[in-house]
Amino acid sequence: MSLKLNVDRAKDYYHQMLLIRRFEEKCVELYSAEKIRGFLHLYIGEEAVATGVIRTLDEEDAIVATYREHGHALVRGIPADRVMAELYGKAEGISHGRGGSMHLFDVSKRFYGGYAIVGGGLPLAVGMALADRRLNRDRVTVCFFGDGAVAEGEFHEALNLAALWQLPVLFVCENNLYGMGTALKYAESETNIAHKAKSYNITSHQIDGMDVIAVADATEKALKHIHSGKGPVFLECLTYRFRAHSMFDAELYRDKKEVEKWREKGPLVTFRKKLEEAGLWSQIDADTIEKEVEAVIEDAVAFAENGTWEDIADLEKYVYSPEVAS
Amino acid sequence: MSSETTYREAMREAIRTAMQEDERVFLAGEDVGRYGGSYAVSMGLLEEFGPERIVDTPLCESGFTGAGIGAAMNGMRPIIEIMTVNFSLLALDQIMNNAATLQHMSAGQINVPIVIRMATGAGKQLAAQHSHSLEGWYAHIPGLKVLTPATVQDAHDMIGLALADPDPVLIFENALLYNAKGTLDITLKPLPIGKAKVEKEGKDITILAYGINLFKALEAAETLEKEGIDAEVIDLRSLRPLDDETIMASVKKTHRVMIVDEGWKSGSISAEIMARINEQAFYELDAPMGRVCTMEVPIPYARHLEEAALPNPAKIVAMAHKVMEDA
Amino acid sequence: MSIFKMPSLGADMESGRLMEWKVKEGDRVKKDQVIAEVETSKGVIEIEVFEDGVVDKILVKPGTETPVGAPLALIRTEKENSEDLLKELEALQGTALKEETPASETPEEASAPEEKMEEEAERRIRVTPVARKRARELGVDLEKLASTIKRKIGLRDVEAAAAKAAQPAKPDGMRQAIAKAMSRSNAEIPHYYLSTSINMTPALSWLEAENSKRSIKERILPAALVIRAVVKALQAVPELNGFWKDDALQVSDAIHPGIAIALRKGGLITPALIDAQEKNLDETMAAFRDLITRTRSGKLRGSEMTKQTIVITNLGDLGVERVYGVIYPPQVALVGLGRIVDAPWVEGDALAIRKVMQATLAGDHRATDGRTGALFLDKLNQLLQKPEELL
Repeated sequence: MSLKLNVDRAKDYYHQMLLIRRFEEKCVELYSAEKIRGFLHLYIGEEAVATGVIRTLDEEDAIVATYREHGHALVRGIPADRVMAELYGKAEGISHGRGGSMHLFDVSKRFYGGYAIVGGGLPLAVGMALADRRLNRDRVTVCFFGDGAVAEGEFHEALNLAALWQLPVLFVCENNLYGMGTALKYAESETNIAHKAKSYNITSHQIDGMDVIAVADATEKALKHIHSGKGPVFLECLTYRFRAHSMFDAELYRDKKEVEKWREKGPLVTFRKKLEEAGLWSQIDADTIEKEVEAVIEDAVAFAENGTWEDIADLEKYVYSPEVAS
Repeated sequence: MSSETTYREAMREAIRTAMQEDERVFLAGEDVGRYGGSYAVSMGLLEEFGPERIVDTPLCESGFTGAGIGAAMNGMRPIIEIMTVNFSLLALDQIMNNAATLQHMSAGQINVPIVIRMATGAGKQLAAQHSHSLEGWYAHIPGLKVLTPATVQDAHDMIGLALADPDPVLIFENALLYNAKGTLDITLKPLPIGKAKVEKEGKDITILAYGINLFKALEAAETLEKEGIDAEVIDLRSLRPLDDETIMASVKKTHRVMIVDEGWKSGSISAEIMARINEQAFYELDAPMGRVCTMEVPIPYARHLEEAALPNPAKIVAMAHKVMEDA
Repeated sequence: MSIFKMPSLGADMESGRLMEWKVKEGDRVKKDQVIAEVETSKGVIEIEVFEDGVVDKILVKPGTETPVGAPLALIRTEKENSEDLLKELEALQGTALKEETPASETPEEASAPEEKMEEEAERRIRVTPVARKRARELGVDLEKLASTIKRKIGLRDVEAAAAKAAQPAKPDGMRQAIAKAMSRSNAEIPHYYLSTSINMTPALSWLEAENSKRSIKERILPAALVIRAVVKALQAVPELNGFWKDDALQVSDAIHPGIAIALRKGGLITPALIDAQEKNLDETMAAFRDLITRTRSGKLRGSEMTKQTIVITNLGDLGVERVYGVIYPPQVALVGLGRIVDAPWVEGDALAIRKVMQATLAGDHRATDGRTGALFLDKLNQLLQKPEELL
């Protein structure tokens, strides 16, 4: 374990992962109550990946995520109330109700959005990294995507360009074994995605995406590699989503037993075990964290409930930049 | 300060000037560097600016266009060159789903100041995968701006206009125009994006055209002039935004209008313009509107077939007669 | 008469444009029934048929301009058949008619339902959007314009029509027609003129008293009273009421005075107040009002444009004191009435101020002499001094 696991860090990771878990559970409830509409893709089971990666980043590093990005947004520090208000479609939402669950943006946190075209975010991350290099800014762009993106042409185009131009990109593949309802083995000739990335001459690792410490460790190493100018790094995080692909999914494609098996090694369970082994569990005061998280979520729901609807007169706002006085 | 030059050189000059003036500007695309550009627009620029700013890309339209968008989101002013409009379909996801939507999805937090240039149009016997005119399609998409420089002056000016714009701008360059000669005055204040230009004033019929068809329309107007028909020829310049004001003002003057569009009729920009005239100037019309478009076939290879498929001055004159006679 | 022709609605009428058929083939028609509208240089006029029968064949489509006397339709009486008529028609018109009358077309074919529908569709006025807008702005009547322009109406048509309407001073069709008639009159008719001053005070005082008893609708205008007086005077001196035809005076029993009525757009026409001799004062007033209304809305009947036996011109409205009119041939007289003015008037030994009108008679010297004219003016004067007898 290269990363020093102290109480503060432990508390932080636990807090972040629990925040995502409880937030997502609340979303299920609110979706069922028709407060949240559209597509809702939950991150439950994969919390360790966003937490491990993003808590290791510098605040100047940029994030490009997918449509399953509530967790990434929360870990990046976008206030839960602004995220919840966005899911409600309220004017107080982080995208003023124009993005919804799949399109969260907060440029002030260098969070460059949720993208709902699978693979569509990868070329953007390459371009952002290109800009940083051109402008001599020592920053990294992290790009999250699922195993489904690996079959897309844009995945290969982006990996090739990043490697070809030796750009500061950290590719994080959240391999939860299913592209919607199609298991990886039915989608890929080579199911070891890290191997595929390697073929582009990218430093590439397959890691346990259920272990937040392992993810954080790998991220720290990757960032060092990138900052040293050796080009992009590819992390394949093996993980699992405990809930359906989206709310409207009967999960015909997988066995309940398989889900149960993964739940046993879920990120919160795994982390608690590790902390107990290290003798830190009793020190982090899990009950207090639980209460804090609950309070944050309660506040977020209240904020969203009390939010206002964007004026329809402003519907056509944000199609083009405001007129710049010439 | 005006001089005689070609469309290609005017464009190159504008790119060179922009790159000299703004470090954030770079040009990327297939064969823009070592090859000199598939239409030689960027010839010589690699030597001047180096491979970091004149970037040869692999054949991955979506990848390098998306990278351009990402770079624009993160502080750069990229010019992305796509070899031809048909290839841009491989980048359509990035143009449509990202460049055009980010401003809106992020509620104004992100703007994408990218310039995407591509060759368009037929006429070189390049058949059905290199010859289409899809600028009208792109003009359908809110969030984009669509420019169609016809003149040497605009070939030059529109590069600067597009780079100065905070939003994604697509420039469609008719491949037959690169060798066209014309006058360039670099001291002229460019006519803004979204403004059409009356190229020839007239009182009897308005002919709206863009790109290479401007010249076909002007040639047709000369023929019409000899017959006593005084045609007003307007270069649309920008298909999105369309200059409704100039179009309607001309319709109010001539009361007769026809459109020349190298796109196919169905769902075309000419259809859009007709609809707008119907909405905004119906009571100014003295005859049904007319249009000359490309025949509804994938562009064929054989010269005579290709020529038959495209708008030309004779077809424009014939349509003008129809509009004039239909009283 | 079995061939219905473009009527001559005035000596100056050379042609007319058939505007609308009020009947269709196969319709039974009665004498005096209005069966069509004809546009002349003096406006749209309804024309009557002069016998009972059945419309056998319509020969001219709406919108067609034809010379006076040209066949418009065939009217079949009980015993006749259309073949005979067609023969007569050919004899009358020669081959020129064939263009407009496809003789091969049988009436059955012509009345087939689809053809009728096509005709309906053809009648829909096609106007371009800008022409419609401009017509509204310029007050151009598109229906009327459509009767003269058979293709689609465009902007230029509307603007031309408006320009024409805006220049009444320029000799238009009506002016030209009048000019022609007046030249002919002046050239052919040896006019004599007589004039007398008539004290109108008794008549106007009586009229004022009479009107004060009536509702506004029933009130009598001075003009009607004067017309009634002229008609009664003509009954006493009938030689002035009639025509000069074939070098002889033909006195008319019926009195159809043509009343000069100014049109709003300029121009003057003189439709006949038919059978004025049969009308009392109230009826004269009603007929006078009706005539003005229909004149100004362009709805005169053909007979009203042709039957005048004399003309009464009152230019008093325009401030004219004496009217020396020009007789409309073949009439033989014209009564001119001037403005009623306050003037000194000798009554017995005293000089008083009275309402005075100058009445003038223009007579055709071929038909009558000054004595007849003087008798008439004297009778007119007498009648107006006893207005109660005009009731």
